[in-house]
Amino acid sequence: MASARFFDEMTKPDGLPRDVYERVNQWLASAPPELLASRRSQAELMFRRIGITFAVYGDKDSTERLIPFDIIPRVLGRSEWTRLEAGLKQRVKVLNMFLADIYGKAEVIKAGIIPEDIVFNNEHFRPEMRGVKVPHDVYVHISGIDIVRVDDHDFYVLEDNARTPSGVSYMLENREVMMRLLPELFAQHRVAPVENYPDALLANLRSVAPSSSGSDPVCVLLTPGIFNSAYYEHSFLADKLGVELVEGRDLLVRDKIVYMRTTQGPKRVDVIYRRIDDDFLDPLAFRPDSALGVPGLMQAYLAGNVTLANAVGTGVADDKAVYTYMPDIIKFYLGEEPLLKNVPTWRCREPEALKYVLAHLPELVVKEVNGSGGYGMLVGPHATQAQIAEFATKLQNDPDGFIAQPTLNLSTCPASFESGIGGRHVDLRPFVLSGADGVRVIPGGLTRVALKEGSLVVNSSQGGGTKDTWVIDDVSGGSA
Amino acid sequence: MLSRTADNLYWLSRYMERADFLARIIDAAQRLATLPTAYGGTGTEWESTLNAAGALDGYREHVGAVNETSAIYYLAFDPQNSSSICNCLEYARTNARAVRTALTIEMWQSINTAWLEMKRFQALFGKPGTIDRLELARFLDFVRKASLDFDGSAHRTMLRNDAHWFSRLGLYVERADTTARILDVKYNVLLPESEQVGGSLDYFQWTAILRAVSALTAYNWVYKETIKPWLVADLLILRPEMPRSLRSCYDDIVRLLDNIARAYGRPGASQSKAHETLRQLETIDIKKIFEKGLHEFLTDFIEANDALGAAIGGQYLVHDDEAATETQAQSQA
Repeated sequence: MASARFFDEMTKPDGLPRDVYERVNQWLASAPPELLASRRSQAELMFRRIGITFAVYGDKDSTERLIPFDIIPRVLGRSEWTRLEAGLKQRVKVLNMFLADIYGKAEVIKAGIIPEDIVFNNEHFRPEMRGVKVPHDVYVHISGIDIVRVDDHDFYVLEDNARTPSGVSYMLENREVMMRLLPELFAQHRVAPVENYPDALLANLRSVAPSSSGSDPVCVLLTPGIFNSAYYEHSFLADKLGVELVEGRDLLVRDKIVYMRTTQGPKRVDVIYRRIDDDFLDPLAFRPDSALGVPGLMQAYLAGNVTLANAVGTGVADDKAVYTYMPDIIKFYLGEEPLLKNVPTWRCREPEALKYVLAHLPELVVKEVNGSGGYGMLVGPHATQAQIAEFATKLQNDPDGFIAQPTLNLSTCPASFESGIGGRHVDLRPFVLSGADGVRVIPGGLTRVALKEGSLVVNSSQGGGTKDTWVIDDVSGGSA
Repeated sequence: MLSRTADNLYWLSRYMERADFLARIIDAAQRLATLPTAYGGTGTEWESTLNAAGALDGYREHVGAVNETSAIYYLAFDPQNSSSICNCLEYARTNARAVRTALTIEMWQSINTAWLEMKRFQALFGKPGTIDRLELARFLDFVRKASLDFDGSAHRTMLRNDAHWFSRLGLYVERADTTARILDVKYNVLLPESEQVGGSLDYFQWTAILRAVSALTAYNWVYKETIKPWLVADLLILRPEMPRSLRSCYDDIVRLLDNIARAYGRPGASQSKAHETLRQLETIDIKKIFEKGLHEFLTDFIEANDALGAAIGGQYLVHDDEAATETQAQSQA
């Protein structure tokens, strides 16, 4: 899968721009450096203002912690998007089927598609959910599927995020800023809108309300509170959705019914869009020391009196070990070939794979099965001898705990700097909604870009930034 | 709306108002402290100011002997004083952050800007004795302006719904409390029980009080005569046209609580308490107040005002689980 050079999303190997980037390319070629510089500083100003408006980052450095924004849009053609969208829908549909199955009859295990222990011994598997029927069999109401490209035809899933994915507020803000920043470039394209995401999300949440709730179910967004790093996204979304932003202490459970404490007394709650992990939801059911949750919430949930989005126990579906089985899982449920590829992965629990991985550590990326956010990871090409030796020992001691993948040649997109235009590696997190009426993808998503030259790490903590992502109508005369 | 949201809005306004009050009494004390004793300087200005701020006990515990430098630091900057100006602005912003979406952009910006500016002052003068008179005057100006800014943006931009009413309610309950306190403390200092009201020496003292509540010009317009203590008390207690008077605060409190009761379809303990206090203020005159004793009157008022605060809290802002269970049991019965 890896080609010798990186896939440049704007420019073909012959130096001409790909069709979808034609106008962006023209604009970049004709725009004087001063214009780009002024747009960059305008963008920064706008984000600071928005930041002051509703992003209230950690204390003292409230203005410093803005995630850098690159003004050159990342462009996908409609036909590329259609392929990606179909793949995302397929993937999320299967994530829901998989969860319904493992908490139900567990046919995927009986059929030998995935080993029992990977599922049932998984730390994110919730035995409490066994035999529980969730509305419309939807578990993953909101997901963010991380996608990378290495060439112009395939999309690879890097990671499924099926718990409480964040970043959608950046998708929405980035678009607002771009429309004000570069109206002329924007007008030259027909860009699919993303602004309807909050409406779609609200409709989605309402569609999965318990059958006991009336025609106007009450939805709330449950946040861990102002000290959570994603708090501003929570308040931003609650505002756009027009629902109350609640903390655990605002909710109470009586006779398995959830209420919020209002100035007019307790008010019944039907759907909770929760941005709190399973562990912290209910101190009576999970971590007893959790002060963020709501005592009795799990009982109300199991009684079907309230819907949690996402459902409890979805973490098992975005586990790195389960990920490696996704292509087979898709074939098992749908009888279809997966439309999105998995990054080839060696499961170190398998002796053959372990042998290969140990022999090729300097060229591989090794990840802890239960790790996230880049922790507990070995990036072979950038590691020292000592680190490699250390990981070899770890692997031999606990092969079940690790997977390994080739170092990916992520595609690049142009980004604008003081020193000029330069290609930088990107990934994409589209947001996928599942409800009573099926699966829906908002065209676009959050493009993360590694702003450091040559870097493959898009995380904001390590010099990553974001870009607006445009899904545009295909240019007449050719498609990408 | 969420009780917590109402609670945050209510306290946000209280803290902004309190910061403003502290800035005003520091300013007034500074003026008084420079007066020669023949003009009414008593040497106890800072003690009585700390007392008016409700900070005297804390000061004695944390700092000790009263002097100007330490008192100013304690009232304005000291982190140990939970009601210092800086802590008030800090709490105001914390409350504002928690209800960011219930605020208008203008309100949020006024608070956030004030907080950032406060941090700047804190970095420069956050140690006892580091602030000179000029910078202190700038700081106090800034605090008053920040409170004005917040007040104005709330008044101009908020929807007139329960969020607005709870926010305003906090302001007036706090303002009634501070007006009563400053009057009570200064009155005690000036008029030990044995002394006659109206000695000429207290002229500057009374002027300082009026100045502290921005009422000096108002006094002249209303009474058109030289400063008389009972008229000052009349102005600050009974005059409905004086925006800081207890009467005016209660006109607003009653109106706001009635709005809430109407919107929610039922009045409760806080409405009856507020109406009762207002009725008293409407029917009593200043002569009767002095007959009863101003100190006793003000003590009763401060207690009633505290009780109103507690009633508002119990009725709207904090629902403990038992109360919620009861309500629910009633609705199921």
